[in-house]
Amino acid sequence: MASANTLDARSLKLRDPLPLDSGQRLESVRVAYETYGDLAADKANAILIFHALSGDQHVASVHPITGKPGWWDRMVGPGKPIDTSRYHVICANVVGGCMGTTGPASDGPDGKPWGMRFPVITIRDMVRAQVALLDALGIAKLHAVVGGSMGGMLALSLAANFPDRAKRVLAIATTARHSAQNIAFHEVGRQAVMADPNWREGDYYSSGKGPEKGLAVARMAAHITYLSEAGLTDKFGRRLQNRAAKSFGFDADFQVESYLRHQGIAFSDRFDANAYLYITRAMDYFDLAEEHGGRLADAFAGASSRFCLVSFDTDWLYPTAESRHVVHALNAAAAPVSFVELSAPYGHDSFLLECPPLDRVIKGFLE
Amino acid sequence: MSLRADLAVIAANVRAGSRVLDVGCGEGELMDVLQAERGCDARGMEIDPEAVERCVGRGLSVVQGDADRDLADYPDDAFDYAILSQTLQTAARPDQLLEELLRIGRRAFVSFPNFAYWRMRFSLLTQGRMPVTRHLPVSWYETQNIHHVTVQDFRELLRAKGVTVERSWFFTREREIGGTSANWRAEHAVFQLSR
Repeated sequence: MASANTLDARSLKLRDPLPLDSGQRLESVRVAYETYGDLAADKANAILIFHALSGDQHVASVHPITGKPGWWDRMVGPGKPIDTSRYHVICANVVGGCMGTTGPASDGPDGKPWGMRFPVITIRDMVRAQVALLDALGIAKLHAVVGGSMGGMLALSLAANFPDRAKRVLAIATTARHSAQNIAFHEVGRQAVMADPNWREGDYYSSGKGPEKGLAVARMAAHITYLSEAGLTDKFGRRLQNRAAKSFGFDADFQVESYLRHQGIAFSDRFDANAYLYITRAMDYFDLAEEHGGRLADAFAGASSRFCLVSFDTDWLYPTAESRHVVHALNAAAAPVSFVELSAPYGHDSFLLECPPLDRVIKGFLE
Repeated sequence: MSLRADLAVIAANVRAGSRVLDVGCGEGELMDVLQAERGCDARGMEIDPEAVERCVGRGLSVVQGDADRDLADYPDDAFDYAILSQTLQTAARPDQLLEELLRIGRRAFVSFPNFAYWRMRFSLLTQGRMPVTRHLPVSWYETQNIHHVTVQDFRELLRAKGVTVERSWFFTREREIGGTSANWRAEHAVFQLSR
């Protein structure tokens, strides 16, 4: 279980309480973040990267729990598409997360973990916290904000709610609202967590055992939505796992089962189950048009940024139509927007994997 | 970099500082000139993802899309000009595409290869086969040019739709020629249109 005090990450305690969409105010918010590359004297070369649901601030640094390279190590670094020898890259853990930023695993005002007493947060609340971080760092205008999946939602939300804070907005494999199908998959995951007897209504921090099994199942179900059928077939087919024949039992006979079980366990080793509930809820609540009177174009009415949206042809979680919907709204708002649907075999996760055209689009757009 | 003759005419006749949509912008050659030399706010639409990628790489705002379908995403009067260069003959419904151009743009530039150019006629007459030329370089079965059009056909369509021709230019071998005998002398044509 990750909690703030086991990490040696950079973090900042926000001076002011964080106003939330729920109407509540969150006091003493800590935002954990990582930076890469030097900030120019004029502070104009900063790029804020927003992480996805299961990500964190370790975009290009070794993860303190897993020991694995950063989640976008292939994209961020010296000489890479997001070139840290030119840009100062900032990535912060979202509010509600579990890697050092205040979330349900953090201690509440009474000194005990918040658990389910933590207020329900939204994508816009997450953005507010990071804008507060930018204020504290003295960065008035970002060279760019970049995000994929949930990170793309944050990027769009920042563009809509803080239109002066970024010159460029790059939103990859994302959507301006969660669809019924998106909410449905998240609900399966949440119910899996809540069905685990170790969840204890979210009050498991002192019990020594959290709902790891439930969280692992949630991750398994979600992971399927990040891949494509062709990708799964290509990677696993019907191949058996370390055995010559079916066992006529319920072991992980198939490679795909073994893979998913591994993904589930690895995830529950590093992620807080309650954080998973809160962050998926925030994504489900996300509807950028609804926040702006029901018309998405109005969300971007004051936008002065250049936009770039990228989708992947095999992404069925946030399919191309969702990006087009955003592009349509940006066109109606007369905002400068580029859009490209890239061909990649891996489904939604394509933005994290080897995809040379994505590298070129990102590099070019940031120029 | 020198622009193709039809693009050079368009670049020279777009009012400086205007808002322009280049439909089928390719790798953004015209958009580049419009932005750099004419101070325009230029946007593009292009169907080929690799071309879009290159446009984004050169700092242009280009949306991957199909002119037959995705122009519907733009509001009325979104642009001062909508430009369609050498793309009309590839449209599923060139007449509807023309309507879309003049809905989202107050004015439009349309350029296309003239199928009634005398070399085409000669080639068809003498060989009895679909011509393959410099401007129409691909065989009939794989060409994207599914609606061959002549200068006369296009003028007829404009008349039927009540579209105003503000100006027109005709070219043979990249050299401008007069309009009177354009239907057989012009290799390609450019029209400046308004509603």
